[in-house]
Amino acid sequence: MRLSLARREALWAFAFLLIPLVFFLFIRIWPAFQALWLSLYEWNADPAKRTYVGLEHYRQMLDDKLLRKALLNTLCYTLIGVPLQMVLGLAVALLLNVVERWRDFFRAVYFAPYITPAVAVAWVFSWMLSANFGIVNEILRLLGLPAQPFLQSPRQALLTVTVVVVWQNLGFQAVLFLAGLQNIPREYYEAARIDGADSWALFRHITLPLLNPVIVFSAVIGTIGFLQLFTQVVNLNFTDQGGPLSSTLTLALYIYQQAFGRFELGYAAAITVLLFMIILLITLVQLRLLSRRVEY
Amino acid sequence: MRSLVKKWVVGATVLLGLAFAQNVTITYWQYEFKSKVEAVDELIKRFQAANPGIKVVHQTFPYDAYQQKVASAVPAGQGPDVVNLYYGWLPTWVKAGYLQPLPDSLAKTVDSDFISMVQAAKVNGKLYGVPTAVRSLALFYNKDLFKAAGISAPPKTWGEFVEVGKKLTLKQGDRYTQIGYGIAPDGQDHHLVREVLLRQLGGRPYSDDVKKVTYNTPEGVKALTMYTDWVKQAGIGVPNFFPGNNGYRDGFIAGKIGMIIDGSFAIGTISSGAKFNWGVAELPTERPGARKANFGSFWLHGLTPQATGEKREAAIKFLQFLTSEETQRYWLEKVGELPARKSLIKDPKLSLNPIYGPFVLSLAYAKATPFVDETAQRKVMVDAINRVLLQNANPADSLKQAAAEEQKVLDDFWK
Repeated sequence: MRLSLARREALWAFAFLLIPLVFFLFIRIWPAFQALWLSLYEWNADPAKRTYVGLEHYRQMLDDKLLRKALLNTLCYTLIGVPLQMVLGLAVALLLNVVERWRDFFRAVYFAPYITPAVAVAWVFSWMLSANFGIVNEILRLLGLPAQPFLQSPRQALLTVTVVVVWQNLGFQAVLFLAGLQNIPREYYEAARIDGADSWALFRHITLPLLNPVIVFSAVIGTIGFLQLFTQVVNLNFTDQGGPLSSTLTLALYIYQQAFGRFELGYAAAITVLLFMIILLITLVQLRLLSRRVEY
Repeated sequence: MRSLVKKWVVGATVLLGLAFAQNVTITYWQYEFKSKVEAVDELIKRFQAANPGIKVVHQTFPYDAYQQKVASAVPAGQGPDVVNLYYGWLPTWVKAGYLQPLPDSLAKTVDSDFISMVQAAKVNGKLYGVPTAVRSLALFYNKDLFKAAGISAPPKTWGEFVEVGKKLTLKQGDRYTQIGYGIAPDGQDHHLVREVLLRQLGGRPYSDDVKKVTYNTPEGVKALTMYTDWVKQAGIGVPNFFPGNNGYRDGFIAGKIGMIIDGSFAIGTISSGAKFNWGVAELPTERPGARKANFGSFWLHGLTPQATGEKREAAIKFLQFLTSEETQRYWLEKVGELPARKSLIKDPKLSLNPIYGPFVLSLAYAKATPFVDETAQRKVMVDAINRVLLQNANPADSLKQAAAEEQKVLDDFWK
């Protein structure tokens, strides 16, 4: 039997897709199910001694104050961080879109933080934000403003960490939006201008709607990123991780502490399942809300 | 034909196995710390020379990733046979099945020959690990800064300590340029409150069976108040004066901090880093001649469930070698940590040494906190301090909350 060319091509495509599929099934999907299974057991190094506890770990979550704190913090990070980095990223992209000369230079400069290791970023920032030796407080003093404790204050620490993360993600956001902006045909703007539209109207009725796919992507990726926040928090306050007074604790960090600080791998797995459900839910809602068809 | 070959191969393997029955390979894991890694490499050479049938494989991991590696490797059957761990982790590891009890012979050695602090290596009466070396706390001070401020000797009481600290603290406007005491709640200071100040004042942190928190008393409140007043009343230090992990030690090495309280494990880092004259003194007490107290801790070597049969025998031999008098003497010279055996600690040469001396003298009255869950219990005390320092909480309220939180940790462990 001879297959048509289209069929043969399709078969080849499936054959090649099969390789990553196997990889995803075994490396990503299967461990996810294992986590679900593990969350029903009390952990022991010896598999024979792992006792089935059913939903006990999920019940334990209900009166875990630190978990509640981590959950609340994680939501705060996401609610502040994602809109902030999108607005700033879009603003930078709009400016970059206007400049002709030096564009690549600016793009490289804004992108550099994104590829800098988070540990190095955290280390440099902990010095810049220091109350006694930091340049940030030095600038505040020059402006006649009082010095701030930033990372040392339970009230300011979460916001400070968020700003550091946003700063680091800004380049990626800007590049994303810039690509979106450059895909919008110039003719639309020219036509609208002839019709007498002002700059705000151009932005509101042409730029924003046509950027919609990029906005959806950026929102979803950004949200997942903030929900999984870990490295910066760990390294900005190394000895009292998640501190001061749990004010910067995130779900991902709490999972890590439960699993590898206390060897409560069953409970850690249960929280992982919780985090998974939260990410799934938020992502579905975002996709539904943001990718509505826009009337031009 | 094929089955015949198979039989031959199997037969030959069995014969070979019998011939080399004494050849055992065991694996030793510890975290990455230069002088310790070099010391263990050398010790393995010596051990293998004395025990020709046993091969020891030495593997190290960065400190941050160490527990994670152990957590995943041991259940998969790929981890170490002999493992190095902090004594505070022991109950957690035992509960999760990462360690096996050691033979009675070793427990007897620990009871008779090791300093009493090492009893913290027992869980429910069974011994799960043996240390090579132990550590205690002392006061490191910058002799040059002392001289410049006109101070002749390290403080003997906490009152003197505060006075000295004030003289060493320099401010420019609202900014500190030099501080008297490198305060670090999340460094060694949570031990200082729990094991030093509280005990000096006549309190004690836990009941003898470690099932009840007993520091929520007037002595406890006094200890926490005394400590937090160094910042709030006397102003001889600010937390995070130098940022980063071990900022208090870095600030001392940089010559910007007059005094720090640190463990004997810091001797190496300080002597290679500090470019000024420095000294070590025993911790101050409340009044001259008043009760002394200190916090002692240690890293120990335990056996994972993987060490069975021949491997277990070889691993125990290696354990005995790692904790022998000879090794402990070598460890002191090479790593700078204090020996865990009574006989070596009594050596006057050690207690008269200007650097090691104060630490060795402190060992006589040092206690190791009987942690059941070091991560959670450390956080409780650090938070108790931070509530007072950062949120202006009343020390009595903060301590009460800490006691309730820590009691829950203990209850959860023992239930």
